[in-house]
Parts: sequence; structure tokens; C-alpha cells
Amino acid sequence: MLNVGRIEEGFVLDHIKAGKAMTIYHDLGLDKLDCTVAIIKNAKSEKMGKKDILKVECSVDKMDLDILGFIDHNITVNVIKDGEITEKKELHLPKQVVDVIKCKNPRCITSIEQGLKHVFILADPEKEVYRCKYCDEKYTGNRNK
Amino acid sequence: MRHLMSPLDFSVEELDQLMDLANDIEKNPEKYAHACDGKRLATLFYEPSTRTRLSFEAAMMNLGGTVLGFSSANSSSASKGESVADTIRVVSCFANICAMRHPKEGAPLVASMYSRIPVINAGDGGHQHPTQTLTDLLTIRSLKGRLNNLTIGFCGDLKFGRTVHSLIEALVRYTGIKIVLISPEELRLPDYIRDDVLRANNVPFEEVIKMEDVLPKLDVLYMTRVQKERFFNEDDYIRMKDFYILEQSKMDLASPEMLVLHPLPRVNEISVDVDNDPRAAYFKQVQYGVYARMALILTLLNIKVD
Repeated sequence: MLNVGRIEEGFVLDHIKAGKAMTIYHDLGLDKLDCTVAIIKNAKSEKMGKKDILKVECSVDKMDLDILGFIDHNITVNVIKDGEITEKKELHLPKQVVDVIKCKNPRCITSIEQGLKHVFILADPEKEVYRCKYCDEKYTGNRNK
Repeated sequence: MRHLMSPLDFSVEELDQLMDLANDIEKNPEKYAHACDGKRLATLFYEPSTRTRLSFEAAMMNLGGTVLGFSSANSSSASKGESVADTIRVVSCFANICAMRHPKEGAPLVASMYSRIPVINAGDGGHQHPTQTLTDLLTIRSLKGRLNNLTIGFCGDLKFGRTVHSLIEALVRYTGIKIVLISPEELRLPDYIRDDVLRANNVPFEEVIKMEDVLPKLDVLYMTRVQKERFFNEDDYIRMKDFYILEQSKMDLASPEMLVLHPLPRVNEISVDVDNDPRAAYFKQVQYGVYARMALILTLLNIKVD
């Protein structure tokens, strides 16, 4: 069993679907931050069989948790202070996501208008349906591939 | 400042007020003849649509206002690569209100985000065409006297017909509405309208192929054109285009009170011998389109006429 040391200040993303850690690493912009990040892949999990974990030594406040909620709202966010878990943040499906996914409708204005942000709105929370703000096209991709 | 992007932007109460205003304009046109003196409407039409553009222009002129604009992307700065955002910023300096038609879906919404003047969506691709829906609602309400307790048949291309989708979405907000969908198998209403609009609102509906079977029970028959540009295969289009032709012999099966509507242009789906039938309301519908747009311009410009 590989051991990764505990962090003193920062946050741990637990219960990431196995193989998804690097995607989340990039989507959260962790590659752009000058802080220590431990990426643990295929850790054993009773609940999931195997899972990925990200340990990050920076304030969780710097993170856009909406993106995380959009990708997988079952991920656990443990906030760490003085080496202890001080808070578990719940993730929700965000009401909108900006520039996370792109509209694939070739007739959508986003396909030609320069500098326009790709915005998807949560149209049906029950069915977890997101639609393009401009053309209402349903997002059909798998958010948690 | 308000814009109009979708027919659902207005509540049922707001729509009622707008239609009351349109009916007052119909009865007292002279009262409104100078309501927009000194105001300008910009018609930004990135694709040709003579009917809608002329209707907007007539509406503004009837109110005493003036009109400027372009009627194809070739005659605008879009051909030089100007963005919608920049175009509307510029046009905001020239006009007080704008009607935009664009082949790209959501273009008028982008315009509204950067505009200093109210923007009306005059049709964006296959997405929305709210002033056609306002026209349809106003025509039905004016000629039938109500928008509830109606059985409305939609016939023809229910798959690609955005006017059908928008009108259904608007009608389900009223009580006692029954919908009859008449189309060939290939042009059936899309699942998302059937499930998310009709079933989600518990609106009773039936789907049939033969028009004759349902004509006697309809209060309104909304005919549509099978659009050639929607087909990849010419043979499919030729097979579909003559699927429904409303002739006088079929009209004889319908109720004497039934209205026939059509967003126009018509090709051959309504035989010209129906035009003289008092139930043929599609040219009155065009006139109501002008009243609806006049009422909309006044509402968005917040102009009250006593």
C-alpha cells in the first residue's frame, strides 16, 4: 500500500471516480497554481471498488466548486486545517456553468461569435439536464466520463 | 429595459394586456398614429424574410415612427466579419428599438446582452419566433373570443416547424386545451415537446395520420408548410409535400366555427378554393401580426396612449 503524507492546510477531494483525477486537476485549474498536489489513482474503496483522490495544499476558497459539482456532485470535499478535517463541503449541481463545456449545435451563435462565453443552464435538476443559454440545445455528453 | 426572446418571456397576464392593447389598436388605429413620433425601429435581418420584416416596418410606420436597417447579411457589416455584439452597440446609437432575424440560434439574445435599446427576436434559425406566436395567439383570441377550452389541431411538418413548437408551449399555459397532432410518421412532433411540454403539463393530446378523422372536433386547424430545406433527400421531400392538402371537400367535414390558420407562406397545402371560406383566417392572421407587433413596440418602449 502506497502512503501519501497528510496535509496540514488545504483540502482533499475524495471519492473521485477512478481515472478521473487528472481531468479534475485540469478543470479546477490546479495545474496553474503553485501549490503541492498529490494525485492518488486507483486507491481501494469499499464503496466504489477503486477511486481517485486529490490532496491539495491551498485554500479551498480559491476553487470553483461549481465545476466540481457539475462534473460529479458525489465527490467529497474535506477541508483540512492544522492537519484535521474541519469541514465537509457538499457539492450541488450548479445553476449554470460557464466555459466548462461547449455547445455542439452548429446552428448556435456560439459557433461564430468571437469571445462569447459558452454558458449552460440547469434546465431540469431532477433529470440533471443542462441546456445552452443561447440555443437551448441539451448537453448530451457524459459529465463524468 | 425589456427584450423579447421567447413567447414565454411574457406571463399569461402580460400577454393578455398586450393583446388587449392590440385589439384597441385594431379598433382605434388613429389614436395610435403618432404614438411613436420621433422614434426609430432598426430591422436587422441577417437572412431574408420579407413578410416578417415588412410586418415590423408597417407596425412602426402605423405608429408614426420611422425605420432603418438591412435585409440580408450581405448588405450588413456581418459580411466583413463584425460580431453581433458590436453591431448592436453601433445600432443602439441610431435607433430606439430593434428587431433582429439571424440564422444562428441565440443571436438576438447575444444582442440583448450588449444593447442599450430593446431587442425583439424576429426569428433565430430553427429556435424561436416569438412575434409569430403572439400573432397566432392574438388571432385565435380575437376570432374565437378565448384562449382556453379549445381543441387545436396542428397539421403537416410538426417535426421542424418552430411555429408549432412555440405555439404549443404558449397554449399549454391556458386551461382546457386539447391538442391534436396530424402528421406523417416521419414528421411527428419531437419527443421533447411531447414529453416536456404536453405530458409535463397534463395536456390531453392525440396523434393521427389522417386529417379527415379529426376535423369535426377541431376549433382551430393550424396548417404548416413542409419545408424543402429541411430535407436531405429530395425524394423524401417530394413524398411528404403533398401529404396534406386542405381542400373545400375536407372543410365540409369541419365545424362551421373552425378557424384555419397558417403562418404563411403557403405552397399547396391549402387549396386556393378554401380562401373564400369564411373560416379561412390566414390572411386575417397577417393583419393581426401587424397589430401584435404594434402593441409589442409600444410595450417595450413603455409608451402609454390615453
